[in-house]
Amino acid sequence: MVETREAGLAAANRRMVRRLLLVTAAMFGFGFALVPLYDVLCQVTGLNGKTSGRVAVVEPMKVDESRTVTVEFVASLNLGAPWEFAPQVTRMQVHPGQFYQTHFWAKNLTNQPMTGQAIPSISPGLAASHFQKIECFCFNHQRFQAGEGRQMPVTFRIDPELPPDVRTVTLSYTFFQN
Amino acid sequence: MSTASHTTDHATDHDHDHGPARGLSRWLLTTNHKDIGTLYLLFSLLMFFIGGAMALVIRAELFQPGLQIVDPYFFNQMTTLHALVMIFGAVMPAFVGLANWLLPMMVGAPDMALPRMNNWSFWIMPFAFTLLLSTLFMPGGGPAGGWTLYPPLVLQTGSAFPFVILAIHMMGASSIMGAINIIATILNLRAPGMTLMKMPLFVWTWLITAFLLIAVMPVLAGTVTMLLTDKFFGTSFFSAAGGGDPVMFQHIFWFFGHPEVYIMILPAFGVISQIIPTFARKPLFGYASMVYATASIAFLSFIVWAHHMFTVGMPLAGELFFMYATMLIAVPTGVKVFNWVSTMWRGAMTFETPMLFAIAFVILFTIGGFSGLMLAIAPADFQYQDTYFVVAHFHYVLVPGAVFSIMAAAYYWLPKWTGHMYNEKLGKLHFWLSVIGVNVLFFPQHFLGLAGMPRRIPDYALQFTEFNMVSTVGAFLFGFSQLFFLYNVIQTIRGGAKATDQVWEGAEGLEWTLSSPPPYHTFTTAPEIK
Repeated sequence: MVETREAGLAAANRRMVRRLLLVTAAMFGFGFALVPLYDVLCQVTGLNGKTSGRVAVVEPMKVDESRTVTVEFVASLNLGAPWEFAPQVTRMQVHPGQFYQTHFWAKNLTNQPMTGQAIPSISPGLAASHFQKIECFCFNHQRFQAGEGRQMPVTFRIDPELPPDVRTVTLSYTFFQN
Repeated sequence: MSTASHTTDHATDHDHDHGPARGLSRWLLTTNHKDIGTLYLLFSLLMFFIGGAMALVIRAELFQPGLQIVDPYFFNQMTTLHALVMIFGAVMPAFVGLANWLLPMMVGAPDMALPRMNNWSFWIMPFAFTLLLSTLFMPGGGPAGGWTLYPPLVLQTGSAFPFVILAIHMMGASSIMGAINIIATILNLRAPGMTLMKMPLFVWTWLITAFLLIAVMPVLAGTVTMLLTDKFFGTSFFSAAGGGDPVMFQHIFWFFGHPEVYIMILPAFGVISQIIPTFARKPLFGYASMVYATASIAFLSFIVWAHHMFTVGMPLAGELFFMYATMLIAVPTGVKVFNWVSTMWRGAMTFETPMLFAIAFVILFTIGGFSGLMLAIAPADFQYQDTYFVVAHFHYVLVPGAVFSIMAAAYYWLPKWTGHMYNEKLGKLHFWLSVIGVNVLFFPQHFLGLAGMPRRIPDYALQFTEFNMVSTVGAFLFGFSQLFFLYNVIQTIRGGAKATDQVWEGAEGLEWTLSSPPPYHTFTTAPEIK
């Protein structure tokens, strides 16, 4: 009688441990699942200033001449990175719907060939989904010979559906070494 | 400890011997819940003093503006390690120790459900903390980027980095095993007749806490693993250069971090809910609502994490959601405070040391709760973010909150555990010095924060001098008065007036039906619950 009760208890404990370990493993997996979930959420909602890393689909849009938006360009480097990196102009007045092109200057300051990659970010974050790029140096790795410097183009347009309270959009690039 | 008295009851004879083994192997190999509880509590006391010494280094440096005692880099190691040691080494193991000692006795079980795993989950801890503390002596020093381990800063940690991550993994594994054991004990080993809604509140709060632990500790393990692979294996979860995002670390970390806050306070609620009815000599007011409030707090803790990061640039809808969800937690917490006060209302109260700590808990934890509500207001939080106001807030809920409840529990159950009464005069002295010290220490930090003093800095602008001096004086008063606690605990273990079985006149519950100290094996035959 006592024996069977104890055997039953041991089995119940084993079952419980198995279940709880399963929960533990599932939650460990959930931590990693949060990574793609986070990216999907940011892409769907355009939060976090993440623009898509791809060429925007070009559909003709009506140019809204009546509205002017200021686009600011920011270039940054992490401390000590051996590059020169700067926008050609720091701000532009643009009409939503129209394409514009500007350049960023980058130079490899070392005496070896290096590859860099620019990561874009848009502020305010909600403007990110209204900022379309059809050509951008940020789409690809950029290879520089020793001491080489060059202008790199970005062609963009602001979607006329940009919320009316947004008057300034900042496009910021951080240049990372690969 | 004095649990050496053997039970003479041989009615249910087993193969293993009845008393504890002799010497060191007793502690190394023990599977006895009382021994393991003692080990946890003593370990936590040791960590409390180590973490406290680090806090005193911090406060000594902040006594005056300018750099006097330590260099800024060491200062940052102190703030980081103080937090890690206090959270994972002092508060959490103390509650696990209380759970080990008390849960089997409260539900009428002979031991924890998984005694061998219990031994393992304790003995991981000393190794984890040896590893963590040894980083102080490594090239590049210990971790200095704050206990929240935000990348990219934390990735600049020197040789210590992989050791810190491994230590966190070990602490996590220990906590998860402890939690699994607690759930199995509560759900499988209750004495016949002990229905869930008859369980003492300490058991309830621990059941819910254990579920929180197995839900979020694995997420922490995952997050720090990502940090590790980012640093050494070329992944870029949190590195923008590779398409990752450092802000995502904050989201995942605080998805663990906020429930962690409740892991440290729910068992405290349980302790207070045991102590107040005893000394008010009335049953707990609103038992069922206490259970539901605890469960609601646990649920809400999963959907409020982003209030730790209001300033990262969230959309308005996010700010509002997390703000309102956070404020919602005040409702179940308010229910609890109301119930504790109502329990005391018209009770025949006496003010022994555990009760004093419990009352101080109710008042001071509520102050910490109110400053939490202030921080929950998203627009106001932009001002408070990363200031001493935040430091004041979480120390009010953790020190006169969690730590005071642990002190209260120690005084309350020490006579049961050791069979001796502690020195009441010394206990009261400890209480009054602590309660004065803790307020002198942390209250001025509210003002410093509102005036704009940032946290985690070794130096500050001149206008903050006076309040920092007051705070440091309070810190040393509070810190050194803990030596009275240490002395009192040691004296009580060694001897003292004999405690009765019930110990406290108003104490109710299965653990008080046992002798003081209880025999090494208790409830080998389950008690009858009416």
